Amino acid sequence: MALLEIRNVVKQFDDFTAVNDVSLSVEAGEFFTLLGPSGCGKTTLLRMLAGFEQPDAGQILLDGQDMSRVPPEKRPVHTVFQNYALFPHMTVRENIAFPLKMAGWAKDKMDAQVDELLEDVRLTEFGKRYPHEMSGGQRQRVAIARALVDRPRLLLLDEPLSALDAKLREEMQLELIKLQKEVGITFVYVTHDQGEALALSHRIAVMSRGQVEQLDIPENIYGNPKNRFVADFIGQCNVLEGTVRAVDGGTMTVDIKGCGEVRTLAVPGVTVGQQGWLALRPEKIKLDKELSDLPDEAYFRGRIHDCLYLGDVTIYIVEVADGVLIEAMLPNNIPGVAKFFDDGDIVEIAWRFDAGSFLTE
Amino acid sequence: MKNRLGKWLLSWPPLLYLVLFFLIPTAIMFVAAFRFPGDYGGLAPMYYYEEGKLIWDLTLENFTRLVEEPIYFELFAKSAWYAALTTLICLVMAYPLSWLIARSAKKYRDLLLLLVILPFWSNFLIRIYAWMIILGPQSAFTRAVNWVWTGMGGEPVQLLFTPFAVIVGMVYVHLPFMVLPLYANLEKHDLSLLSAAQDLGANAWQRFWRITWPLSLPGVFAGSALVFIPALGMFAIPDILGGTDSIMIGNLIKQQILDTRDWPFGAVLSIMLTAGVLAIAMLGALIARKGVKRG
Ligand SMILES: Nc1ncnc2c1ncn2[C@@H]1O[C@H](COP(=O)(O)OP(=O)(O)OP(=O)(O)O)[C@@H](O)[C@H]1O
Ligand SMILES: [Mg+2]
Repeated sequence: MALLEIRNVVKQFDDFTAVNDVSLSVEAGEFFTLLGPSGCGKTTLLRMLAGFEQPDAGQILLDGQDMSRVPPEKRPVHTVFQNYALFPHMTVRENIAFPLKMAGWAKDKMDAQVDELLEDVRLTEFGKRYPHEMSGGQRQRVAIARALVDRPRLLLLDEPLSALDAKLREEMQLELIKLQKEVGITFVYVTHDQGEALALSHRIAVMSRGQVEQLDIPENIYGNPKNRFVADFIGQCNVLEGTVRAVDGGTMTVDIKGCGEVRTLAVPGVTVGQQGWLALRPEKIKLDKELSDLPDEAYFRGRIHDCLYLGDVTIYIVEVADGVLIEAMLPNNIPGVAKFFDDGDIVEIAWRFDAGSFLTE
Repeated sequence: MKNRLGKWLLSWPPLLYLVLFFLIPTAIMFVAAFRFPGDYGGLAPMYYYEEGKLIWDLTLENFTRLVEEPIYFELFAKSAWYAALTTLICLVMAYPLSWLIARSAKKYRDLLLLLVILPFWSNFLIRIYAWMIILGPQSAFTRAVNWVWTGMGGEPVQLLFTPFAVIVGMVYVHLPFMVLPLYANLEKHDLSLLSAAQDLGANAWQRFWRITWPLSLPGVFAGSALVFIPALGMFAIPDILGGTDSIMIGNLIKQQILDTRDWPFGAVLSIMLTAGVLAIAMLGALIARKGVKRG
């Protein structure tokens, strides 16, 4: 049985539906991420898990128990808030001990447990400080320690790293993964940062307008997006409109609008005449002045329209036909060379038949 | 340089005010405490010449009188007790009120605050005289109280001219001074702390006692100082609403200066009162600074 089961949950604010018929389950020990753009209902869903909002329809089960009548303070669920919400009048120790004090732990047991958590988040020397005497990253760790100290069944994290700078965020990501592995507590993590979601999660639910668009492991979310929204939201992606011309066993031929026919992987249920989109990651596209003849691949000639230098890679936007732009990405792996091509250069691009995926919605 | 000049320009009016109306009067009273009363009220000369020699005419008698007669100490203690009781009742009444105002919709808050300070629009003495009528023997209130009380088998009671009436009047007058600083504090509270506390297992009472209350202490101290200090020196309310048994130190000072015309002893009582208030204010500031350091 799953640790957490969300069944057909709906939440409305006046006539606006913030969460629309969401069903999913989270296994014990999992690092589960809700990913989606701003306003898609992630926080609302999380607040329902914590008990601060009641679903208008549907059920939330924790360990098979219906949570609808259980107030937040009685749920074995804790939240790490985006602004940390540390108690300013308490020291770090007192903050971390708070849940234990509320649960009426004995003093010596409580001290031992707080010491252990301080060690877990590497703040042993900071126990006597007040929150305002700590840096953002340190406060973050206090908030996490405080939420983990009485070993909840479920830890909810609402964009916990969004207030930190990029370098620190990466550090904290690694620390979060390690911590979650150590304590073995189930995390439900909310973010709108796709990189963060891919790096941290065991499974990701991509949300949009109150609904789950796709729920899968990170590799599949990135590699096999289910629809245009997911393809577009996660990472860079070319989305090329086209029509299926022929289906032949494991592959099919798609006529890309304005370009011509390419071979791609067949999709179950898709038949000749189906309209759709070919989703293609820029890093899976080959690009050169001249590519040697490759019979198995889609192949086009085009003109460099624009270059985006990103440091580690450069994205080349290639115009293969009037108004059809395809992004290709090349690593800058030759020292001293920042750009292999210039605007206006004539280049050739190609990709393997299994590089993209055909989307029908 | 310019900045320092600006600071100086801004700070001299309040400084001048304090020197003129606090330091100099206090110094006058301090010196007066060592002098003899004049034959017809006022003060006797501080010195005189005898055979061309300057003779200071000062005494410690006024202080020894204060220490030797326990009645004065008792009066100080009673005044402190009345003021403390007033402060406590104000706090208990003002806390929920301030909390409600701070948590009500933003558009109503100003209106509710206006209602709190509305009584200031009419004269202080008139409002106290109004209480004389409310607590008087013929009033509906007094009759209702006595109806219930005698119904329970008690003897009819008098409300006016009792310590009860004095406390009622003092609470009534000082309540806004408790509400305003408490409101200013409670209004600033970060409500996400309460959500966090609830999320971490705190019930409603624990959320109040562990979060709201400690964070509101600066407001509690400020309000308590604003009530306790004027209440301690109050003389008008005991004068009007109190009986002979409910006079406070303020009444005694007034009596010494205006009726008995013993200015030096009045001065002794005054500087003792001022010293007591200063000590309390300093203690309050110390606690408040500790609060600020943490918040
Ligand atoms: N209490 C509320 N009353 C009315 N509407 C609300 C309320 N809470 C949220 N909403 C609306 O519900 C939608 C979803 O909000 P939610 O906070 O869940 O978004 P989110 O996915 O967490 O976005 P973000 O990434 O910006 O935090 C938003 O359009 C928001 O305006
Ligand atoms: Mg949110």
